[in-house]
Amino acid sequence: MITLKGLTQIFKKEIKHYFVAPIAYIVITIFLLVSGFFFFFFNGGFFYRGQASMRDFFTLLPIVFSFVIPAITMHQFSEEFNTGSYEMLLTMPLTYLDIIIGKFLASLTLTAVSLLPTLSYAIFISTIGNLDWGPVIGGYVGALLMGASFCAIGLFASSITNNQIVSFLVGAVICFGLSILQQALYFFPPVIADFLQNLSVSNHFYNVTRGIIDLKDLIYFAVLCFIAMYATRIVMEEKK
Amino acid sequence: MISIQNLTKYYDRFCALDHINFEVDKGEILGLLGPNGAGKTTTIRMLTCYMLPSEGNIQIKDLNIYDNPLEIKKMIGYLPESAPIYQHMIVYDYLRYVADIREIDPADQKKRIHHLADLCGISNMMHKNVSELSKGYKQRVGLAHAMMSDPEILVLDEPTSGLDPNQIIEVREIIKEIGKKKTVILSTHILSEVEASCDRYVIINQGKIAADDKTSNLNKSKDSKYDISLILANTSFDTVKSSLKTIGGVQDISKTFEKDGNLGVKIFCASSEDIRGSIYNHIKTTDWILLDFRREHTSLEDVFRKLTKEDQE
Repeated sequence: MITLKGLTQIFKKEIKHYFVAPIAYIVITIFLLVSGFFFFFFNGGFFYRGQASMRDFFTLLPIVFSFVIPAITMHQFSEEFNTGSYEMLLTMPLTYLDIIIGKFLASLTLTAVSLLPTLSYAIFISTIGNLDWGPVIGGYVGALLMGASFCAIGLFASSITNNQIVSFLVGAVICFGLSILQQALYFFPPVIADFLQNLSVSNHFYNVTRGIIDLKDLIYFAVLCFIAMYATRIVMEEKK
Repeated sequence: MISIQNLTKYYDRFCALDHINFEVDKGEILGLLGPNGAGKTTTIRMLTCYMLPSEGNIQIKDLNIYDNPLEIKKMIGYLPESAPIYQHMIVYDYLRYVADIREIDPADQKKRIHHLADLCGISNMMHKNVSELSKGYKQRVGLAHAMMSDPEILVLDEPTSGLDPNQIIEVREIIKEIGKKKTVILSTHILSEVEASCDRYVIINQGKIAADDKTSNLNKSKDSKYDISLILANTSFDTVKSSLKTIGGVQDISKTFEKDGNLGVKIFCASSEDIRGSIYNHIKTTDWILLDFRREHTSLEDVFRKLTKEDQE
């Protein structure tokens, strides 16, 4: 059950926390530095390749998000457990879903905000070359879908411990594992490799970045979010 | 109004609460007492729907904690132990956030927050960060948090811990004021607090209820025997003992102190019969100087010690 009022309040409080704390500015800066550096200078560099495309930016995004998003979500429950404010939170007229979805949407919003400045890359590239906007739009849609799944995973990681570092590491390991699964496929026999490819975040993300949004990929990201948030709910219920 | 039925809680195999039962009436101020680890906080946490019992039920009006947790949370204002409030928030913002969750009409929020700030004495702290507040002020912000929606039931876990003596008296006054209209349950291990502000006390010891009585009954000594304490001057203990022993109803006399010529004496009475008159008349016939004359009441401390020690033995 969701009470819209409660969810909105949790969302507002979390967003305020990001910008007052000031987690948001630090995360956005680090994200832009790392993703910008890799995009423009890595693998020979953007200018050397001479292609008007953002493909390399999106290729690296799963790895960058694997570390940036758990840093956004690591405090969400861990800090509440640590300071005891979790007790205040749970004894106010809020449902589990209010709390989980409110926190989830707040971290997803911050992820979206940190992606916003990178739109300037697209605008910049379109002025110096002939940019195909289809894959760019697909790339941003994919980035939001993947970001949402990673936020849900990070939230779950935060719900299992009162230590923010443990929460970050657990979240990063799960996200990173799901991201590099695609690259590790050679090690497995073809039958298992096929199955694992369907589990890989990068595989579904690259599908979307081609500019083709398939129902299969949407379902994958939706299921990933659902599983992580449901697991968070189970953890919260177990704590009762 | 609140009915606690067979409430039991296990933490793994450790039994924190063992089938406790009690009821709280509307408008009552109930003090929950007990040594550390007795199960007070556990009881309170289940009442506020923070935890679920392993067995048993809590019924508030016609709602129960299993089926209607949200409705119950709306009815209860709760101050957890040591008021864990978000450190990074400004006091006013925090109260605003609570007011929003408690569904206070946005038009009335400002008025309500200022009223509570006056009541709890935090008007000057409204624009400070919670992390800058002293423990006492944090406790007051927690109290304002609990009272935000003007709830029917107020549950306070050790509301005066960490406060200075003046603040303790102020918080007690606030609790008494609220208790005129609301049901209040407060847990504490400070006994004088219960005597000062509660109508009724429940003592929990090792997960079981050891006593459940009205605080006003404390003064009507249930034991038939009682003590009288005297402070005398211009005499010696031996004289006092030998001459007071002759009065009927005196069982024994002991010396409590002797300092600067003053002598403290305790008289143990044999029965509930009031012998204060005959003692006074006897003293009048002597040249002793009477400095103090008092009948000792059974205090909550005596009851508490007796009950919690008996169980340990």
